[in-house]
Amino acid sequence: MGNTTSIAINQVSKKFGHGKNLVLALDDVSVEIEENEFFTLLGPSGCGKTTLLRLIAGFEHPSSGHIQLHGEEISHLPPFKRPVNTVFQSYALFPHMTVAENIGFGLTMQDKPTGEIADTINKMLQLVQMEDLRDRRTDQISGGQQQRVALARALAPRPRVLLLDEPLSALDYKLRKGMQIELKRLQHETGITFIFVTHDQEEALTMSDRVAVMNNGRILQVGSPHQIYNHPAERFVADFIGDTNFLTAELLECGEGESLLKLPSGKTVRSGQPEAAVNGTVHIAIRPEQASLTDDLIDADLQGKISNVVYSGSDTQYHIDLPDSEEFVVRMQNRGTLNVNWQAGQKIGVNIESGAVQILRN
Amino acid sequence: MNKMRRTNTFSVRKLPGFPAIAILCFAMLYAPIVVLVGYSFNAGSSLALWEGFSWHWYYAAWQNDQVQTAALLSVVVAVQASLYSTILATMAALGTTRTRPYRGQTAIYTMINQPLMVPEIVTAVALLICFAVIKQATDYRGLIYLVLAHTAFCIPFAYLPIRARLEDMDKSLETAAADLYATPWRCFKKVTLPLMWPGILAGAMLAFVISLDDVVITEFVKAPGQDTLPTYMLGQIRRAVTPEMNAISTALLAVSIIMVSLMFILSRKKSRE
Repeated sequence: MGNTTSIAINQVSKKFGHGKNLVLALDDVSVEIEENEFFTLLGPSGCGKTTLLRLIAGFEHPSSGHIQLHGEEISHLPPFKRPVNTVFQSYALFPHMTVAENIGFGLTMQDKPTGEIADTINKMLQLVQMEDLRDRRTDQISGGQQQRVALARALAPRPRVLLLDEPLSALDYKLRKGMQIELKRLQHETGITFIFVTHDQEEALTMSDRVAVMNNGRILQVGSPHQIYNHPAERFVADFIGDTNFLTAELLECGEGESLLKLPSGKTVRSGQPEAAVNGTVHIAIRPEQASLTDDLIDADLQGKISNVVYSGSDTQYHIDLPDSEEFVVRMQNRGTLNVNWQAGQKIGVNIESGAVQILRN
Repeated sequence: MNKMRRTNTFSVRKLPGFPAIAILCFAMLYAPIVVLVGYSFNAGSSLALWEGFSWHWYYAAWQNDQVQTAALLSVVVAVQASLYSTILATMAALGTTRTRPYRGQTAIYTMINQPLMVPEIVTAVALLICFAVIKQATDYRGLIYLVLAHTAFCIPFAYLPIRARLEDMDKSLETAAADLYATPWRCFKKVTLPLMWPGILAGAMLAFVISLDDVVITEFVKAPGQDTLPTYMLGQIRRAVTPEMNAISTALLAVSIIMVSLMFILSRKKSRE
């Protein structure tokens, strides 16, 4: 991965409408995306991720702030003057052109020599394995094939940045899995910066070098999939990505890279350093798979009663009622018949793995 | 369960007398036309007495100099009026669908469709007076007045299919073209125009048919001697009516049916894409 900045978003806000209908789609967003990076904007619908993508593409212009591409200000350039191409959610293939004509469109519009256009079309058809379908009309090919044409069309002019707006959402599960791998391969082979928009957390974690989690027009956290999953900084991030248990705890000590917390049960656990300055009562997050059940009630970190047992093949989820009425979920892998003897109604202890406790900003 | 729901659903087809009323309505619509077409092949000169099959009246109409002149004028006016009105309607459709929402958009939409709402006779009188003033001032008495009048009332008929086509079109196609380095003009030329083309053709054909069969406005606006086929027929019917009128009407009907069918095929093509 390179270290030069490809796209720099600097304090960008975007407002739609005015007066009573004013919507703040982006609220003072700043982020730097590196060259040759697979960067994902992740968030629920309406969080502003598509708006940010459209600002980078030039379909919208920021209400305030700056967007730079390799240090050059592009905030107010029209889309046809930006070396940035988009793969649309609906693919937006031109229905009156063949597959090859679609792929060559960008190059034709750049007035590239005919020979070069033909060469690039062939290379692109090869890259997405569509050589046989070059003269088909776009309504004569399947959804997965349309997806590949849309990708080839956007990659053909060799943009500095490729924007992908939920491109896999219309495909069925198997095809989507295949395209996820395909996209990673294409990104690797072309060396182009990919900015990928999705609301699917699994997709984001699988494919990305870095993920930005967005909500209400703000970027809440930027980090590697590992960081985002294991060290969520905020309640929303922890909640949106994967399943999480939330507890309140007392912060006893806060040292260099380590802190000591008192759980509601009275037991103490260690955790990493909090992301922000907090003291007193703090919110903590614990992943269900980073806790385990034990019959040893006295030494357990938490005690409660099993309220529900949900079997789901590879693992079993135990819903546990804690004394202060919060529900805690523990997910344990099913290995043989080792742990099938715990049943609803039973009193049980919960042990929390070291490093599983994450202190949240709010 | 499914079957029960079906029997309980209200269906107009199950109302008593539905088939009878339907047949009666269709008979009312089509019987006169069937009679008209039938008697155009009458060998005799009566409109009520059948005297055997013949192409005689078609031949007579074809040979009639006045009919020829009127038909030619009809086509000349209709071609020009449909051409101009389609160009204007295309621009109006682009202006009302390819711009950001602005104040008074509905008002403009209503104004474009004015000829559909204002009684034709009112427009006819207004044009008569207006053109009289211009004729007085310029002393020019050409075909231009008829063409202008037809262009004006053809605009909404050309506008509606074009607008419908533009509204159906996926706007992300134009966004994609802009994303792929197409300037606004090249985007229009390479993407918007080819995709709206069936709508433009449909609009032009509808405008052509509407212009071809107009009587009221033509009757008011035309200068002496500027008879189109419908106004010629109106003039003739005041005198003696022969099956020649039936023959001309049938020919007009055929032209209209062909044009409307073509338009229908083009709109079908639209929804498939």
